[in-house]
Amino acid sequence: MNPYVAGVLLGTVLLLAFFFSGRGLGASGAVKSAIVAGVETVAPEHTSNSVYYSKYVGEGKSPLKTWLVFEMLGVLIGGFLSGALSGRLKMKIEHFPGISANRRLIFAAAGGILFGFGSQLGRGCTSGSALTGMAVLSVAGFISMMAIFGTAFALAYFVRRNWIGV
Amino acid sequence: MGPLVPQEIIALNWDLFIAFAIGIGFGFVLEQAGFSSSRKLAGIFYGYDTVVLKVFFTAAITAMLGLLYFSLFGWIDLSLVYVNPTYLWSTIIGGVIMGAGFIIGGFCPGTSFCAAAIGKLDAMVFIAGLFIGIFIFAEGYPLWQDLHMAKALGGLKVPAVLGISGGVFSLLVILVAIAMFFMAEWAERRFPREEY
Repeated sequence: MNPYVAGVLLGTVLLLAFFFSGRGLGASGAVKSAIVAGVETVAPEHTSNSVYYSKYVGEGKSPLKTWLVFEMLGVLIGGFLSGALSGRLKMKIEHFPGISANRRLIFAAAGGILFGFGSQLGRGCTSGSALTGMAVLSVAGFISMMAIFGTAFALAYFVRRNWIGV
Repeated sequence: MGPLVPQEIIALNWDLFIAFAIGIGFGFVLEQAGFSSSRKLAGIFYGYDTVVLKVFFTAAITAMLGLLYFSLFGWIDLSLVYVNPTYLWSTIIGGVIMGAGFIIGGFCPGTSFCAAAIGKLDAMVFIAGLFIGIFIFAEGYPLWQDLHMAKALGGLKVPAVLGISGGVFSLLVILVAIAMFFMAEWAERRFPREEY
């Protein structure tokens, strides 16, 4: 799809989220909810005693019945439908041919750990903090966007072997 | 009129269904844009594929202008729309850590779910990493609680800081975005891309 057309469509989805629910898109918050729910099931005492978890559990609060959890379930289905329509459904490890699949997976795991941690410190990821924040003109949105993309640009040289070789 | 759920024009029970429907649209568009490929996403940082920049900024501008016009026409009450709060240090440092995760891992959270949905195993491993990273943050929270809460500025908006109107600021963002789109088109001609 033409990227500018895709951008207008993505912006329209975001605008619909604002118009219907009064909030924007997100992603990392759903993972947080899943973790809170998991820890709550395994060790309920731990969640009620923890400064962090206790914010999300308790009377009448269900960590999995949140907007972002349902939105991300939709993302899995929407992504799957799009992949099916375009003939892109395939189990594979995608990587630059100059590196091994194992190296790709190790870096994917490391990147995921960093992104997960950063998304909680920064109160949202590329969609929840940067994109949604920019649409409402929030300071946090613009700072997130600049910090995420600026850092990735600054570090690109050091991991170039993984993406372009040499 | 809007936002519909916060004003109970649509009952609150429908909110999660709406979230699910919007998520389907979100995932579909991300995948169609090519965001299910880490090599495509990383391309922006080397200049060989700039689709991330084009889609991201076009989306931000579309939603930004949409909100401005909806508000102008009285279709949405902006005071009921959530504005993410700024905590200066954690927003900056969190963003820096996320940027490192982006170039090392090749995905961001939303795109990794989208890629996992079409069978990318590297995306599934990235998601496992997300779980670990967020779990570490939650378990070690007392260690970084002070940093997380420092310099709280509330739901501050950029036009208020700069002392200009939302419309003028949006125009500036659009002009910057158009300049970046030209640079992106130039970069894609300059740096060759192989098929992947």
